Amino acid sequence: MTEEDKILHEVTNTEYKYGFVTDIESDTISKGLNEDVIRLISMKKNEPEWLLDWRLDAFKKFKEMTEPEWANVTYKKPDLQSISYYSAPKQKKTLESLDEVDPELLKTFDKLGISLEEQKRLSGVAVDIVVDSVSVATSFKEKLGELGIIFCSISEAIQEHPELVKKYIGSVVPKTDNFYSALNSAVFTDGSFCYIPKGTRCPMELSTYFRINQAGTGQFERTLLIADEGSYVSYLEGCTAPSRDENQLHAAVVELIALDKAEIKYSTVQNWYPGDKEGKGGVFNFVTKRGICHNHAKISWTQVETGSAVTWKYPSCILKGDYSIGEFFSVAVTNNHQQADTGTKMIHIGKNTKSTIISKGISAGKSDGNYRGLVKIMKGAENARNFSQCDSLLMGDTCGSHTFPYIEVKNKTARIEHEATTSKIGEDQLFYCNQRGIGTDEAIGLIVNGYCKDVLNQLPMEFAVEAQKLLSLSLEGSVG
Amino acid sequence: MLKIQDLKVEIEGKEIIKGLNLEIKKGEVHAIMGPNGAGKSTLSAVIAGRDEYEVTGGTIEFDGKDIMDLAPEERAHAGVFLSFQYPVEIPGVSVTNFIKTAINESRKAKGLEAMEAKDLLKLMREKQQLLEMDKAFMSRSINEGFSGGEKKRNEIFQMAMLDPKLAILDETDSGLDIDALRIVANGVNKLKSEDNAVMVITHYQRLLDHIVPDFVHVLFDGKIVKSGDKNLALELEDKGYDWIKQELK
Repeated sequence: MTEEDKILHEVTNTEYKYGFVTDIESDTISKGLNEDVIRLISMKKNEPEWLLDWRLDAFKKFKEMTEPEWANVTYKKPDLQSISYYSAPKQKKTLESLDEVDPELLKTFDKLGISLEEQKRLSGVAVDIVVDSVSVATSFKEKLGELGIIFCSISEAIQEHPELVKKYIGSVVPKTDNFYSALNSAVFTDGSFCYIPKGTRCPMELSTYFRINQAGTGQFERTLLIADEGSYVSYLEGCTAPSRDENQLHAAVVELIALDKAEIKYSTVQNWYPGDKEGKGGVFNFVTKRGICHNHAKISWTQVETGSAVTWKYPSCILKGDYSIGEFFSVAVTNNHQQADTGTKMIHIGKNTKSTIISKGISAGKSDGNYRGLVKIMKGAENARNFSQCDSLLMGDTCGSHTFPYIEVKNKTARIEHEATTSKIGEDQLFYCNQRGIGTDEAIGLIVNGYCKDVLNQLPMEFAVEAQKLLSLSLEGSVG
Repeated sequence: MLKIQDLKVEIEGKEIIKGLNLEIKKGEVHAIMGPNGAGKSTLSAVIAGRDEYEVTGGTIEFDGKDIMDLAPEERAHAGVFLSFQYPVEIPGVSVTNFIKTAINESRKAKGLEAMEAKDLLKLMREKQQLLEMDKAFMSRSINEGFSGGEKKRNEIFQMAMLDPKLAILDETDSGLDIDALRIVANGVNKLKSEDNAVMVITHYQRLLDHIVPDFVHVLFDGKIVKSGDKNLALELEDKGYDWIKQELK
């Protein structure tokens, strides 16, 4: 066995550490997808008529659509009739404070390393937690409320701020945008909502933690984030799920609206259960994320993708306003039998718009990592600029990596740059580290983190540390 | 400190080292000289534990212990340091981060806590001065875009930081101009003590003008064929390796 094979062997023995199941009583409706189910969800959530109609319309269109097959991934399509579309941890009443949260649930958060109390005291991160279909806890609400910032579950926003929800929901990702967004629009059960008022700088990181707990359920959350003129917000999202043999479906929709001169920084650390080392089980992560930038606005997506059996995800920016800026920073790790088809779309509509894409793919085991990205310069987008850099790092010779850049330019003044590299972690690099006393596991962590530095630097401090650990964990195996 | 007995090494079925004996005691400087392909770099890599070489016979003892079954990092923790002939680039990993990790991994192996940041910085400043290195250098990615001289200076800087018992300098003089050679040699000499040892691998006499060896060995066709004091190096410089080849016939 060469050194590299040994490492690969160790790598493929990685255990997923968030694979536990919490024993909480849940209110889960029977499996299946039809109009009645949608009516039931809407009723359980006490929704206004317009939203039910919106859902039903989405469902009608959804039935005419077919599942996309253009991504470079192969999987057995999930049977949408064998999923339960609503599952909520049972609660007696609305929670006033964390003390009222089910202790089992709190223990879960502790295991996940997100002690709410701790976070409240130390890091000043406001957290909204979504388990299965329902938001169970949002911290720091009052403090944010003093600034006029609304941060709550989307269900609550539908009740409390229907005018904002009605105005913006589906405005960036239309109901019929794609198969999964249509499905999400029909059956979404919860998610986060955030509104930052004019000229306000949100004083803390806002964070949502998603967790699939119940077996046989899908998670269809909907996130809507509106940054009003001249405001700023940094938003974090983390996700985990128990280890289960069957595949679980996660089909979320995230919509960001950055009005004039607003700035949104959206960071994700995605660590859904990736399946076991034979490729059994794992989450199907089919997510639509998109933001729209008005004049002088900026949206920055940062993602660290280490989990899921199959990932299909393209956080995008519509640069509608003049001088608007879109950024996409991504690290996508695939190991064992994981498959990822991920990237971004930068649609330049306004004048003097600018976009940057930095994508770092890391493939190990028998996995397949793909970057797919579109840079589109529309006719009226004078002086648009794009810079793309897509790097791939391969570990061993049983994995694959592909890059599919699409560039469409309809304006002659555009300037577009694209750089791409493919490299391997070499035995020379490992031996060099070993010789200095750095063991192979630590060496891989060091090399991989160095390779991803440009992206990790974009993450808020406490998240970056988390992401670094996660990267090492995903690749190193449990050795050491 | 280092005792090699009847060492035999193969790579891909080809025998490179054919029964080599060498003993280095603490406080000593040994020079290994020899023509290209004699097995000099193989010897240094085998001592450091590179596993693409197959050891087919003999023993290597370090500090009285057989180290043949130790992983490279364990040998490093025991105090073996190799200054590479061709140090590799690790993009995105700064010199500071790299040396911090190296030091703390070694400390961890010895059951010690990680070094305090302020102590580490102090030590780094001290060693930077020794090797006349700029502070900005510390935040560059390791070996990426380094000149030949910078690479070698960085190697000796790491050696200074890690304070090994045995330092093996594999053609540290190659790619160095006269000034860099002086700085590097000066660094090595300052680090030299009664308790450590240095093994210098080189083709040329010029490094040995600065790092004066106690012993000089000529490695030829996988064996040490001649040993002597520093004058042997001068003689070699004067007569060339053909002289040895003639003698062997």
